[in-house]
Amino acid sequence: MLNAIWFGMILGSVVCAVATGRLGDLSAAVMDGAKDAVELSFFLLGSMCAWLGFLKIAEKSGLTDLLASAFSPVIDRLFPEYREDQEIKGKMCMNFSANFLGLGNAATPLGLAAVSAMAKKNIGNTPTKGMILFVVFNTASIQLLPINMAAMRSSCGSTAPFAILPEIWITSFAALCTCVLCCKLTERGNLRKI
Amino acid sequence: MGQIGAAAMPLIIGIIVLFGFLKNVEVFDTFLEGAKEGIHASFRVLPTLIGLIVAVSMVRASGLLELLCSLAEPLAEAAGISPEILPLALLRPVSGSGSSAYTLSLLQQFGPDSETGKIASVLASSTETTFYAIAVYFGACGYKKLRYTVPAALLGDCAALVFAVLTVKLIG
Repeated sequence: MLNAIWFGMILGSVVCAVATGRLGDLSAAVMDGAKDAVELSFFLLGSMCAWLGFLKIAEKSGLTDLLASAFSPVIDRLFPEYREDQEIKGKMCMNFSANFLGLGNAATPLGLAAVSAMAKKNIGNTPTKGMILFVVFNTASIQLLPINMAAMRSSCGSTAPFAILPEIWITSFAALCTCVLCCKLTERGNLRKI
Repeated sequence: MGQIGAAAMPLIIGIIVLFGFLKNVEVFDTFLEGAKEGIHASFRVLPTLIGLIVAVSMVRASGLLELLCSLAEPLAEAAGISPEILPLALLRPVSGSGSSAYTLSLLQQFGPDSETGKIASVLASSTETTFYAIAVYFGACGYKKLRYTVPAALLGDCAALVFAVLTVKLIG
């Protein structure tokens, strides 16, 4: 699926640039994009190392186990295959907490740690349903306080930068429920019947 | 409220390190042990990042994004939302920096407390950079067949668009 989408993006862009005469812009965009990706990965390298370091401390001290037990009523129901796996549950909870608190820079390294731990336990060459649900969770965002958005709104002169909180909570929760429902229905094979 | 956000990360780091210290964990040695794993992990995602970001910047520079949006414009008009929201809905799943720059321009153009400004704010904060997350997480593990990951995540993004418009129209 990603192959098809990527192919569509690249070929569509080339055809479109030929039609609109923007080939010069397009070649600049290729180099700029590659440069941006390298810059981003250096930024990611720093936050990745820092957060995986803190994660290790939290794991050794038993803090992630505490977190996993606290979240386990919800986590066990959503991810039954990892019910007995304290390590994976701990990593997942760290990622969920980071997402919830709006710490995007911490969420990616912690999420990668969780997915890598799940991949180690997985013998097949496709992701398990637990891994898919976890990644899909990360594509929907549940945030307690969207600080960055509020800052952006007030910089544009908003009189009530946080006034849209209920809308954001309802919308992100609805999006998350849609994702979870899709995953759960598909993994049970119900969608094929419909 | 801004203070809460700024305080979250230092507080969490403080709690982690303090808890580790109280439990007799050799905090610095343990930190280094974990940090070492980060080097390998971030280099594994570099090819994925380059592939995705190059494609996104090509789509934006070539005018393909504008073309797709103008095709979808009648749909937006039928739903009663301003067509300027559409590029945001298309950009949000693929590019974090691109969509936040576009949101900023919408807020400046329409005003943050206008209906369009509110829909843009809600939409931008209620979803994540879907393709980036999928490509980074599964790219790092080397999975090629992703089963139903992409459709499930994209349906979530569609739901976010629908709910962003509905909630702002009904509540705001």
